[in-house]
Amino acid sequence: MSLDTVDSRRLREVALTPEEYRVIVEKLRRPPNAVELGMLGVLWSEHCSYKTSKMLLRRLPSTGDAVLQGPGENAGAVEIGSGWAAVFKIESHNHPSAIEPYQGAATGVGGIIRDVIAMGARPIALLDSLRFGPLPGSRHHFDGVVAGIGGYGNCIGIPTVGGEVYFDECYANNPIVNAMCVGLVRVDRLMRARAEGTGNSLMLVGADTGRDGIHGASFASLELDESSSERRPAVQVGNPFLEKCLLEACMDLAQTDAVVAVQDLGAAGLTSSVAECAGRVPGAGARIDVSLVPRRERGMTPYDVMLSESQERMLVVVQRGRESEVERIFSTWDLTSAVIGDVTDDGHLTVFDQTQVVARLPIELLTDGAPPRRLAGIAPEPAPSLRLDSLPPLLDPGESLLRLLASPNLCSRRPIFRRYDHMVGDSTVVAPGGDAALLRIKGTRLGLAVTTDCNARYCHLDPNVGAQHAVAEAARNIVATGARPLAVTDCLNLANPDRPEVYWELEETIAGLAQACRALELPIVSGNVSLYNETFPATSGAPAPQGAGGRPRSGPPDGEVHSGIHPTPVVGMIGVIDDYARRLEAGLKHEGDFVLLVGSSLNDLGGSEYLKVEHGTVAGRPPALDLAREATVNRLILAAAKAGQLRSAHDCGDGGMLVALAECCLLGGMGVRCPALRPEAPLRLDAAFFGETPGRFIVSVGSRAMPELQTLARRHHVEISLLGMAGGDTVEFEGQFRLTLDQIRQAWETGLQF
Amino acid sequence: MKFGVVVFPGTWSDRDCGWVIDQVVGAQLQYLWHKDADLKGCDCVILPGGFAYGDHLRTGAIARFAPVMQEIGEYADRGGLVWGICNGFQILCEAGLLPGALIRNASLEYRCEWTHLAVERTDLAFTSKCEDREVIRVPISHGEGSYFAEPAVLSRLEQNGQVVFRYCDADGRVVPTANPNGSLHNIAGIMNKRGNVLGMMPHPERCAEPELGGADGLKLFRSVAGSALRVLVS
Repeated sequence: MSLDTVDSRRLREVALTPEEYRVIVEKLRRPPNAVELGMLGVLWSEHCSYKTSKMLLRRLPSTGDAVLQGPGENAGAVEIGSGWAAVFKIESHNHPSAIEPYQGAATGVGGIIRDVIAMGARPIALLDSLRFGPLPGSRHHFDGVVAGIGGYGNCIGIPTVGGEVYFDECYANNPIVNAMCVGLVRVDRLMRARAEGTGNSLMLVGADTGRDGIHGASFASLELDESSSERRPAVQVGNPFLEKCLLEACMDLAQTDAVVAVQDLGAAGLTSSVAECAGRVPGAGARIDVSLVPRRERGMTPYDVMLSESQERMLVVVQRGRESEVERIFSTWDLTSAVIGDVTDDGHLTVFDQTQVVARLPIELLTDGAPPRRLAGIAPEPAPSLRLDSLPPLLDPGESLLRLLASPNLCSRRPIFRRYDHMVGDSTVVAPGGDAALLRIKGTRLGLAVTTDCNARYCHLDPNVGAQHAVAEAARNIVATGARPLAVTDCLNLANPDRPEVYWELEETIAGLAQACRALELPIVSGNVSLYNETFPATSGAPAPQGAGGRPRSGPPDGEVHSGIHPTPVVGMIGVIDDYARRLEAGLKHEGDFVLLVGSSLNDLGGSEYLKVEHGTVAGRPPALDLAREATVNRLILAAAKAGQLRSAHDCGDGGMLVALAECCLLGGMGVRCPALRPEAPLRLDAAFFGETPGRFIVSVGSRAMPELQTLARRHHVEISLLGMAGGDTVEFEGQFRLTLDQIRQAWETGLQF
Repeated sequence: MKFGVVVFPGTWSDRDCGWVIDQVVGAQLQYLWHKDADLKGCDCVILPGGFAYGDHLRTGAIARFAPVMQEIGEYADRGGLVWGICNGFQILCEAGLLPGALIRNASLEYRCEWTHLAVERTDLAFTSKCEDREVIRVPISHGEGSYFAEPAVLSRLEQNGQVVFRYCDADGRVVPTANPNGSLHNIAGIMNKRGNVLGMMPHPERCAEPELGGADGLKLFRSVAGSALRVLVS
């Protein structure tokens, strides 16, 4: 097949461009056969190759004292003390979830769990960052995804302890489903998926291979259009029971030294797992025989076997001669395992069908051959500016508070997280619903704080500053539990980067992430990029009725409305507290405690929830972010927490001070009495109540600790101001408003009822 | 007192039960594999939570046929302590060791949240450390925990005093609003007539230490650990 003869339809099917095909022929010095073309197609897809983003991703900081494993493995790993390593990663499953919400979300969870298992770690926590169109219109996505996450996580017995949910029109056809998994392993038992040792065996374990999910990775690298629903076979079906057995077997396996490496079979199935495993060892190659792969159905071609994305499978590199030992462990768990090939030193992936060679490709061409795409970014028109003096004054802060608390983006997430088992494992010491969740590490005093964050509205208004906010907010959520932020995993969700505005967003997002992570000394140790979260043209409900099917990376016809998502760089973060007995929660604890605002407030109404809910507009710039200031305020909170001065702490985030204060009351089941809030000019009253200035916390303090805290704050040059006194069953600002806790709870708890 | 914790493929509360027995209570712990044909001298056998065999077909429907269940049935007949928690309760009902069945929650959704339980029997090996009519706080985590039985079975249960735990409010009132799953008569846990087999949907092993939000579950483990009941295993 030369370029002249290769069917352009065939190229589209494997999502390769004619230019990429030319590169393949040039490097191979021959045209690839059909199997090879399919293998290259999946591995060169955006999803697997990061060809559009990899040049930019190099700008992200990924090193630090605690880092044991940075990007490039199944997951990142950092040392957290007492000989333990935390292994964690976040990954998107947006495209499958758009087509088949339940299975899309479920297999997203299953995939990220396997990434953590492959590092030898036992998964201890799951988090999910979700975005949907507004309810009730996007109910189908919302219900399916939430049920799918619960269906998988609850069954496999790993607690789902955190995450976030936001609703915005831009996600109506492009829901975002990012799943994060955190695991624990002894530092000296951390595994890497490297195919070391010529002659060692490659074993495939877990589910039999079927035709499901063929071309899933390529599919995830396309825009969704009306033919997308025909791609349903590209969405896989999850089996959490099987994965639970696989998990336990892999934990048993990790106790032996018969195993060299374990690699998850995720996107692009056998092709990518073998290639990646070999690609991590210079000069290594692999031979596999597809006829040895246990199959679920008859008549599968080598092409089908190599590209299948059947779930719940792992590739295990086993010391030669010890295969039966490994097989015994798997059969204990009633799992099938089969030797399908071995490690070579010829730098090639050679695929046999019994004696016949059906594909032979250089590993490097597969894993690293996709030509990077250097696109040009162009800044779009800036969002409408915000003229504060044109905003009508705040009339009734109490009424505004009730409307904000009832807004789907701020209301209680309990209707969601009570559908997730967040307790299994006996480690959850701070449950979902507050800032970060906190898990104790059994056998130590250590606590591990975990969170995901991103305010995509900020990112829409300014992708660079918005990405910085995502990092800063995640760090504040960790700090609010008393833990110090340690490391980051990120999932960059964007629209079609072939549009210069979107590529610009990608550049800015990465620049912002890099800047914030450097300033806060947070290495990014793992992550994922999901592009092409875009449908065209914009319609509500079903995918659009126009547009020719299967066009790889082609934009919509001129003049049509793009409906891409806001840049949504989800930041997953972990942090550590040395003694979890010193942990903090958001809820007020004791009657009579002082309730304080830590940090200074500015007129930060740009992009705020208040502006959207009360004035129906998304405008202005996100709040300016002073990263050095963030670090200082975080240090103050951690010092005060360590000294035992604080009774509670809560990050002041979306919705501003008053929403945060109300949450402290709701979570603590206790009211607060405050004198009237009279901000000094130029601070406006609406901004004082609802502005979203970063670098602020609401803390409560016993009266005896007050002087010490004031001294500590002065030493850190951080402003603290008294808001009021905890107690009673009302939230009151004297002369301004008075609401009962019941009124507030009613608003907060019914926000997701449609 | 030696506790046995049964592990089926798909079980996940085994490690939590094991943690409480071994690390919190300090009793002897023995894991029992589903293919085991003897109970290894355990005095109390726990069937923990999870999704045994994936709960395929119906919760507990496959687990009841596991080799270990044969032994457990015989052990129960001899008066040995058998304690089913969550999925374990479902399995005991499927196996016929307890009457009735656990069906889909009335909300049709999975529920993981704290509940209050009125303890109606404190004369059992499982509850002797509880006060009479004590209200304990224990979390649930299940999609199919709505207790159902035929009217005749239900009235027999009530007459015999076989209801051990009932969902109630914080003040001990057994009211519909305190029922998290639609269980008949707010039933959260029942025993067999003899009182040596207990099934309950809530998870006491998740609340045996204050840092997990409450320690009421420990009373049940301590009750069993302190119980004098021993059955000679032939």
